[in-house]
Amino acid sequence: MRDIRLLDRMFLPGTLIGPFTQANPGLGGVCTFVGEVRFDEGVEALELTHYEPLTLPGMHDLATQAFARFTLMGLLMVHRVGVMRPGEPIVCVSAAALHRRDAIDAVDFCMDHLKSAAWFWKREKRASEHGGEWHWIEPREQDHADLARWQA
Amino acid sequence: MAIVIPLGKLADLAGAPSLALTLPLMAELDWEGLKAALPPLLAEALDDPRVRVAVNGALLPNKTKLQANAGDEIALLPPVSGG
Repeated sequence: MRDIRLLDRMFLPGTLIGPFTQANPGLGGVCTFVGEVRFDEGVEALELTHYEPLTLPGMHDLATQAFARFTLMGLLMVHRVGVMRPGEPIVCVSAAALHRRDAIDAVDFCMDHLKSAAWFWKREKRASEHGGEWHWIEPREQDHADLARWQA
Repeated sequence: MAIVIPLGKLADLAGAPSLALTLPLMAELDWEGLKAALPPLLAEALDDPRVRVAVNGALLPNKTKLQANAGDEIALLPPVSGG
């Protein structure tokens, strides 16, 4: 069972996990990761832009890779786009499997790929005298190092 | 006419979320032609090897071999800065 979504408004990860777990009867374990907008000093908002023809198909490709690599029963991958405030969820990945290692590793795998190889561009609005200025976020070295863990 | 969609910070250099390029009838747009038709700062930014290009949603293995026609959508994709 796979459920891959891009959402342009606030969502509550807790409301997704129950139905996802129910949809995978007989599972041995579920692992869920939720990423939220951090409360960084001076950051008022975060905006994620995407490119429709690439972003969602790319997430489906990633899910296909996860199913090929791990023994999974189900995978839920939900990502926000648009403007978000600190404390709002950005991403929720949940994997259901017979055994815990597959579920845990599949979530780790999907998150590392979403962070550095998915078609999203991020900018943040930082407080300023003129009411906040947008700054694009450059890719981080750490994200690429995390991705490399899976390429060995 | 071809549509150019600059993503991420390239949208700032373009000054708009999409640009319409008028193409002569029956003429193909190549890489140099595309750059010549864009605002200079945007054209310059495209030389960054990390910038990828997609035509109608398909990534080009080599952007300098671009061949676009009227009606095509050309996406300019800077490095992603993930979720």
